Amino acid sequence: MSLQFAAKLAGRKFDAEIEVGAGERVAILGHNGSGKSTLLNILAGTLRPDSGVATLDGKRLFELGARRRYWSPPHTRGIALLAQDPLLFPHLRVIDNVAFGPRVSGSTRTAAYAKAEKWLDEVGVAEFAGRKPSQLSGGQAQRVAIARALAAEPKLLLLDEPMAALDVSVAPLLRRVLGRVLKEQAAMVVTHDLLDALLLSERIIVMDQGKVAESGATDEVLRHPRTRFTARIAGLNLIRGDYADGSVIDGRGLAVEGSVRDGEAPTAGSRAAAVFSPAAVSIFLEPPGGSPRNNLRVTIAELEPRGDLVRVRSDDHRGHFISADITLRSVAGLDLYPGREVTYSIKAAEVTIYAI
Amino acid sequence: MPRKLAAAALTALVGLGLAVSGCSSPAAVNGTVTVYAAASMQPTFDALKTTFEAKYPGTKVTFNYAGSQALATQLKEGASADVFVSANDAQMKVVTDAGLASGESKVFATNQLTIAVPPDNPASITSFQDLTKPGLKLVVCQDTVPCGAATKKIETATGITLKPVSQEDAVTKVMVKVRTGEADAGLVYKTDVIAAGDAVKGIEFAESSKAINSNSIVLLKNAPNSAAGQAWVTLITSAEGQKVLTDAGFGVAK
Amino acid sequence: MRTPQTRSYSGVPRWVYLPAGVGVLLVVLPLVAMMVRLDWSRFGELITSQSSFEAFRLSLQTSFASMLICLVLGVPLAMVLARGSFPGQQLVRSVVLLPLVLPPVVGGIALLYTFGRRGLLAPVMNVFGVSIAFSTAAVVLAQTFVALPFLVVSLEGTLRTVGQRYEVVAATLGATPSTVLRKITLPLVLPGLASAAVLSFARALGEFGATITFAGSMQGITRTMPLEIYLQSVSDPDAAIALSLVLVVVAVLVTVVTAKIAERSMV
Repeated sequence: MSLQFAAKLAGRKFDAEIEVGAGERVAILGHNGSGKSTLLNILAGTLRPDSGVATLDGKRLFELGARRRYWSPPHTRGIALLAQDPLLFPHLRVIDNVAFGPRVSGSTRTAAYAKAEKWLDEVGVAEFAGRKPSQLSGGQAQRVAIARALAAEPKLLLLDEPMAALDVSVAPLLRRVLGRVLKEQAAMVVTHDLLDALLLSERIIVMDQGKVAESGATDEVLRHPRTRFTARIAGLNLIRGDYADGSVIDGRGLAVEGSVRDGEAPTAGSRAAAVFSPAAVSIFLEPPGGSPRNNLRVTIAELEPRGDLVRVRSDDHRGHFISADITLRSVAGLDLYPGREVTYSIKAAEVTIYAI
Repeated sequence: MPRKLAAAALTALVGLGLAVSGCSSPAAVNGTVTVYAAASMQPTFDALKTTFEAKYPGTKVTFNYAGSQALATQLKEGASADVFVSANDAQMKVVTDAGLASGESKVFATNQLTIAVPPDNPASITSFQDLTKPGLKLVVCQDTVPCGAATKKIETATGITLKPVSQEDAVTKVMVKVRTGEADAGLVYKTDVIAAGDAVKGIEFAESSKAINSNSIVLLKNAPNSAAGQAWVTLITSAEGQKVLTDAGFGVAK
Repeated sequence: MRTPQTRSYSGVPRWVYLPAGVGVLLVVLPLVAMMVRLDWSRFGELITSQSSFEAFRLSLQTSFASMLICLVLGVPLAMVLARGSFPGQQLVRSVVLLPLVLPPVVGGIALLYTFGRRGLLAPVMNVFGVSIAFSTAAVVLAQTFVALPFLVVSLEGTLRTVGQRYEVVAATLGATPSTVLRKITLPLVLPGLASAAVLSFARALGEFGATITFAGSMQGITRTMPLEIYLQSVSDPDAAIALSLVLVVVAVLVTVVTAKIAERSMV
């Protein structure tokens, strides 16, 4: 998928230009009202901008200029939309919902239902094929919605906070399903959640007041946030590496042990990410005893007071920029200052490991 | 002085008494008089209302115009009125048989049917026989209302069977159909045609004499204002009232 | 099927039940009065007379026909009003709903001057040799005129309630607007559509003023139940009451059917 997009819509103070290269999956971040949904709606063809031009894989989606007025209707675009609500057609069975896309785009009945069964199986809800949407839980319904969107084989799948309406207990499972099925799918996901951004995108676009405030490779944006918004959600620490024996080993001198929270564990040697909050990090002046795992010798780069807490940013000169949140009293007691060398110790119980 | 004043007062009183006794009714005529009248009476009665109210200052005439049958039904159901005016004998009989009338009813005018056609007479109707032309859009009254009963009577008398396209429940509705040109012809009262002026054309036919409707009037027993009611009856049957009625096309009662 | 009553806070002050009860009485008492007044020994004979039977048959036929026309014209109209956006939309809505507030007899007169033999469309109709004066078609037209806004209003409300979100999803899955209409919109509004259709049928069934003004009154051709009842009310009040009760029963059946449909759509 490659996308060139530029559009202005004065009514919503929207004025954004986006370019996405082939094979890139994009996460759109931003406050409420920052223009994320406007962007998706213009792309899907359900909202018409004042002016702009967009092409998807070389095919023109719209061109609204002074001279040319072209606007392709949603059904011709090959862009599917997955919203917070599953919006399964309530009068159709689950299988009919999923077969809807293939059917309306000309597949034979047999082919459409075969495809629907395949995708239901893929998202793990094949056993509900004969049910009505009203008989499904929120998480199940959203998985069916994913299957339905993918069965339509869109050139681009737009996901508008797909996990936002779900119970926290089912979100991880769905995230894992999405992480798996979106591997081969060009997608653009609007999210508030750093994890979604990490797992589902190679690239982040941060929107603010209808404009693109920041754009770049996911890791890069999270590591060097230029906007306050990115900085806030980027507060989580992230270590990527290979999975081995309950830990993520990043090959640069750090092994982080944690627990695999959603479902099956990554296989040994596969890629995984360890995610933990700054509050899960303790600071010692001298290396504590015990397992060397989860300990890292770092230099304090910056102290940033945050109310009662102080965020201690560090640099180990090998590519790790881990933050720790500790109390003011501890900062004083430990006599921390930028440039001082300390040991970060990460509490294994508060580290979550994801397969990526 | 006082004596003189008393004499003047006495004279005035006697004068007033004379004035009152000069009237046909024993009681004073004032207040509201309610008249339930057949719809066909409307143009003439509206004109006579002015005469009446001028003659008896302080009175006000209110009308309930409807089909005679509907009025008879309303009266039987307990409606309160002073005078009932029916467009045919049958409905007057309904009211008198129910014991609602005070005294005998009086026939004060007759009415007979005429053919009403749009001014350009599109179906070229000239006689009653013409009403049987095939394809003619003829509108008549329903049998159960006086104009319909008259129509039926003429059919029986002449042996001519009409094939109307619609049987309306009131003569006014027949007039509407003719006025708008929806119907080629309608059987209505002569008075309706006169009242409509140029809007329709009347074609009189000899056979109409086979069915002459009598318009009758009666004072009601439970009249709230029987004095004024009686005065209205008197006006209608007086020479003055009869003139207005004949001008409107009614026949003189024999 | 019935869910057990739960005693939750209703927020209805007790005194509200009094005027509400009076409201119920206002509707129920006249019906009771009719039943009390009716000469039941003649009931069977009254409602099975030739003229009653023909009026009933005619009423059902014409009301059904006008319901179908209401569907054909009203569904697109409701869609355009609920979903479309065009200049003068509000004006179009007001005009379409006019028959709701217009006295039916005014509607009859208006129809007369439009479709009558000397009406606005007479030149066109004459070319095609169409004349609907005093025909059953005129009855259907009058009924459609007064019933159409019921269907449109009711369906427009349903369309708005259902919303466009499913339609958007269907479109992004590749469905053309016509497919969306057929496979998504219509199935979704089906319960509402059915009750709207029933409502328009009921309105057509009760239509009197426009019919008598526009179509006339002829047994078996244009004299529907309400016209027959009106006619009988002056000549044979018992027959009028008996026929009225028949119409009441039909109306109750219609209401029950509508409620059933609504209930089923809740599942």
